[in-house]
Amino acid sequence: MSITEAIAVERPPPPAHGWPRTRIVGYALVGLWILFGLGIVAYLFYSWNGEFFARYAPAYLQGLGTTLALVSISMVVGAILSLPVTYGRMSKNRILSGIAYCYVYFFRGTPLLVQVYLVYYGVGSFRVQLESVGLWWFFRDAFNCGVFAFALNTAAYQAEILRGAIESVPRGQWEGAASLGLHKLQTLRKVILPQAFIVALRPYGNELVLMIKASAIVAIITVYDLMGNAKLAYAKSFDFQAYVWVAIVYLVMVEILRHGVEWIERRITIHLHR
Amino acid sequence: MPAQSIWTLLSWGPDGWSDDIAYGAMVTIALALATLPIGLTIGFFVAWAKQSEEPSLRLAANIYTTMFRGLPELVTLFLFFFGMPILLQYIIRFFKPEATIDVDSFVAGMIVLSLIFSSYASEVFLSAFRAIPKGQYEGGYAIGLSKWLTMRKVILPQLLRIAFPGLENCWLSLLKDTALVSVVNLAETLRNAGVAARVTKHSFLFYSFAALVFLVLAILSSIATGFILRSLGRREAR
Repeated sequence: MSITEAIAVERPPPPAHGWPRTRIVGYALVGLWILFGLGIVAYLFYSWNGEFFARYAPAYLQGLGTTLALVSISMVVGAILSLPVTYGRMSKNRILSGIAYCYVYFFRGTPLLVQVYLVYYGVGSFRVQLESVGLWWFFRDAFNCGVFAFALNTAAYQAEILRGAIESVPRGQWEGAASLGLHKLQTLRKVILPQAFIVALRPYGNELVLMIKASAIVAIITVYDLMGNAKLAYAKSFDFQAYVWVAIVYLVMVEILRHGVEWIERRITIHLHR
Repeated sequence: MPAQSIWTLLSWGPDGWSDDIAYGAMVTIALALATLPIGLTIGFFVAWAKQSEEPSLRLAANIYTTMFRGLPELVTLFLFFFGMPILLQYIIRFFKPEATIDVDSFVAGMIVLSLIFSSYASEVFLSAFRAIPKGQYEGGYAIGLSKWLTMRKVILPQLLRIAFPGLENCWLSLLKDTALVSVVNLAETLRNAGVAARVTKHSFLFYSFAALVFLVLAILSSIATGFILRSLGRREAR
């Protein structure tokens, strides 16, 4: 068989012409989405209310700031808390790994909303004790309670991400470093973690996106984040566009983050592509 | 109110709250189970569209998942819970001007959770689709099965087996997401625990109880899925 014949055989079949059924369905569905998008735009256009905008836009911006502060503080605190948890999970000590396992299982097995309630309403049961320790001022504030619950929650998830990433590095890397005379901490810092972070970047990005989405629930415990301000605006004005605008803001935020993480991932894995 | 002991509060019956929370747990399970088949079906078709050769189908499916994975669950829930009556009212006014519409929180929760569950499940199905070699389709067509029959008889059984562990994760997050529907006054586990907490002022006790219920549900699901996984593995072709 000559080369030209081989190429002719290997070539994929030409794309279907005309209107196969899948194309009709596809165009119909895209048409529906376009209609939906136009409907939203038309809705926002006709219900445009300069007064509503002037009144609540600054509140939304402030709420956005609160959301970002909540998420970033809890992500950082969670990252720090996740280190001992990861250590516990990977330790050979039965008791230590058991405790870490229970911690992770509890925070991953129960809804975040329950955890937030448990902190915000539940600590009220221990008011006397907390006052005697001098921690009551911290738990009195809904924002602090949100940060507390979110940090504990994300620590469990981040610990699993970190553990997965460290375990994804082959054992030979540890052994190679040991044979070069590096001690354990040096090996971890110079050999294992740089490789683990490439694996962990995408899950970390996902966790950040999940946290931003989940942060909307602090609106229920009276924190005026982005969602909280939308709730307030709806309660005051009974104007449904309050929720439409907040949905748009969240969607844009999440999409920017998702593409940002993808961009970083492409950059740091450049040496792995051929 | 006389101070009641914790055991009275947790008892079954008019003085205790266990029966209320157990009833709530039933609603939680019912909501999750009612969502599951709808979500799985939509998720499967979305994944099918995503791996199709037709660009317009892929685009439509991608818009769907981008939207429902990008929106916070709570925002989606509020959009539907408050938005759907407005929309339905608008439509129904053409036929019957005096009619009013109220959306049941169970139904609203079911719709929203199906949308969210299906967009996550579609990602799982999509990677399962990619794990099935092309030869399986070609073999199906070669013995004269139609596109739909090949999908049902050849691809789907393999697909479910590959997708199962991923779907288990989706199920667990569905179970947890049901708690959000308590915000729109569905009397499920968290809501009933919250009522108990407010009435008795034992917040920590009752929210811990709710957390325990969710933990037990998660443990029961992993036992059940382990069982299913073993029986799937036994049936695997050698």
